[in-house]
Amino acid sequence: MSTVSSSQASSTGSRAGSSAGTASAGAQQRADRGVAVDIRGVSKVFGSGAEEVVALKDVDLSVAAGEFVCLLGASGCGKSTLLNLVAGLDKPTSGTVDTHGKRIAFMFQEATLFPWLTLAQNVDLALRLNNVPKAERKPRVEELLTKVRLGGRGHRRPHELSGGMRQRGALARVLAQDADIVLMDEPFAALDAMTRDAMHDEIESLWSELGLTVMFVTHNVREAARLSDRTVLMESGPGRVKQVYPVNLPRPRHLDDPHLTEQAAHMTDELKTEVARHVR
Amino acid sequence: MSADVTERPTTTPPVGKEPGARSAATPSRGKEVFDAVWPKVAAVVIVLIIWQVLYSSGWKPDYRFASPADTFERLWFVATGNGPFNFWMGVQNTVMRGVQGFLLSLVIGTALGIAVSQWKPLRNAIGAMITGLQTMPSIVWFPFAILIFGLDSAAIYFVILMGAIPSIANGIISGIDDVPPAYLRAGHMLGARGWRRYRYVVIPAALPSYVAGLSQGWAFAWRGLLAGEIIVSIPEVPALGTQLNQAATNGQSSNLLALMIVILVLGMLASFVFSSLANTIRARRGLTGFTASR
Repeated sequence: MSTVSSSQASSTGSRAGSSAGTASAGAQQRADRGVAVDIRGVSKVFGSGAEEVVALKDVDLSVAAGEFVCLLGASGCGKSTLLNLVAGLDKPTSGTVDTHGKRIAFMFQEATLFPWLTLAQNVDLALRLNNVPKAERKPRVEELLTKVRLGGRGHRRPHELSGGMRQRGALARVLAQDADIVLMDEPFAALDAMTRDAMHDEIESLWSELGLTVMFVTHNVREAARLSDRTVLMESGPGRVKQVYPVNLPRPRHLDDPHLTEQAAHMTDELKTEVARHVR
Repeated sequence: MSADVTERPTTTPPVGKEPGARSAATPSRGKEVFDAVWPKVAAVVIVLIIWQVLYSSGWKPDYRFASPADTFERLWFVATGNGPFNFWMGVQNTVMRGVQGFLLSLVIGTALGIAVSQWKPLRNAIGAMITGLQTMPSIVWFPFAILIFGLDSAAIYFVILMGAIPSIANGIISGIDDVPPAYLRAGHMLGARGWRRYRYVVIPAALPSYVAGLSQGWAFAWRGLLAGEIIVSIPEVPALGTQLNQAATNGQSSNLLALMIVILVLGMLASFVFSSLANTIRARRGLTGFTASR
């Protein structure tokens, strides 16, 4: 399932003409291993005076094109803030975030499918805002919904879907953006374990099929070990990078792989001391 | 894959209606209609009984307080094109004034609301005033309107606008203010910037509040209109308010009550249109079922 040829991705990747230079050559891009996201000396301060909160302090991180990076940490360590800075939803107080003009898609914890549109219309809107011509949109919507196994359900409204289906719909919308970089902010945190497990399989296969660069925020160690090439452990107060773990396990991975469990256990110990410090 | 364990298999999408969409416990269509209709019928019957009892008690002479029978007979009489005045012309003129005034208010109120919600200085300048204007009873505007425009339709339109515009503007302002940030962020990441942000995210998200504003705007417009027609009588333009006034002056209670029933029914029709619109929007967004109202 993860070995769908990249030709399919490029032939169907109906991207707007303007930026065709970096277009759909995802798999190739991954081979090139350029830098997709460059975070240098980034600090973020909210509020001022007595109310001042330093959310991030001197964060340096670079993510290679095609890399799957998980940001792992306890609540309040600034991992979501960092993701927002990469997305351009917020500006750093100091330092720079360079995404080299690449296209960025964002998958939120809540599916944020627009409730006034059907599932298909939600995906169609992403295509429309990506300037995909009208004639190409309809078949593309159905194709994307089929890809996330929601084929034939396009007429449903978001509130008529289960939590897992909504997140898969949000995933289809992300794919419709044909982005190079996909940012995910705990997208599966609200899902049950089995649905989440299935979503991991899907994300992994889509990531490798499309050659995406993924930054994935989670507080779940096993999720990080399951998905990432590298896991960035963040500490809080102020938020900064504590340690970076390479996760060199073969793919496709399985949660019950003992090597994965071992890796997760190792990271858990670190996280526990971090959480203890934070709670105390 | 394991997903098929947790959710229904999607490899063979169900065709047509989903099974179990309507459970066996759902009451039949006939019962639904009956449940909806009987309280209304009962309410009307009770009102008619009280009316008849009051009339039969000889509380007021006929020309001041007509019986239900006389009123409905009169209503039938004028509605079939008889009577001293042109009933249907009156309905048409009144409704047209209302619709025109409302549409004009809709355009101005929407533009004003968007401008205020987007431009801080304008909000600081007139934001509070718009809310304040909403509390002004529309009849308060009439002396002013008559001074400015004379006893003319323009005075009526003016009062309609002053009543409806603040409600419509306020509806869209609060709708825009309350757009969930999550949708704005999602829209931003989808590339909805500039005017497309409004077209595809802000306006649809603000729609329920906007429709509530429209509904309230119509109510104010309708009240202002009828008040205006009673005060600003233009003899050559038959209108419901004008005829109402004439009926009272001429001591034609059955005429008066018949016209009031017509005005009530027209108002109910309009509010039915708005509430259907609001209910459709709510249902589409899944805002039904387990809600605060019963």
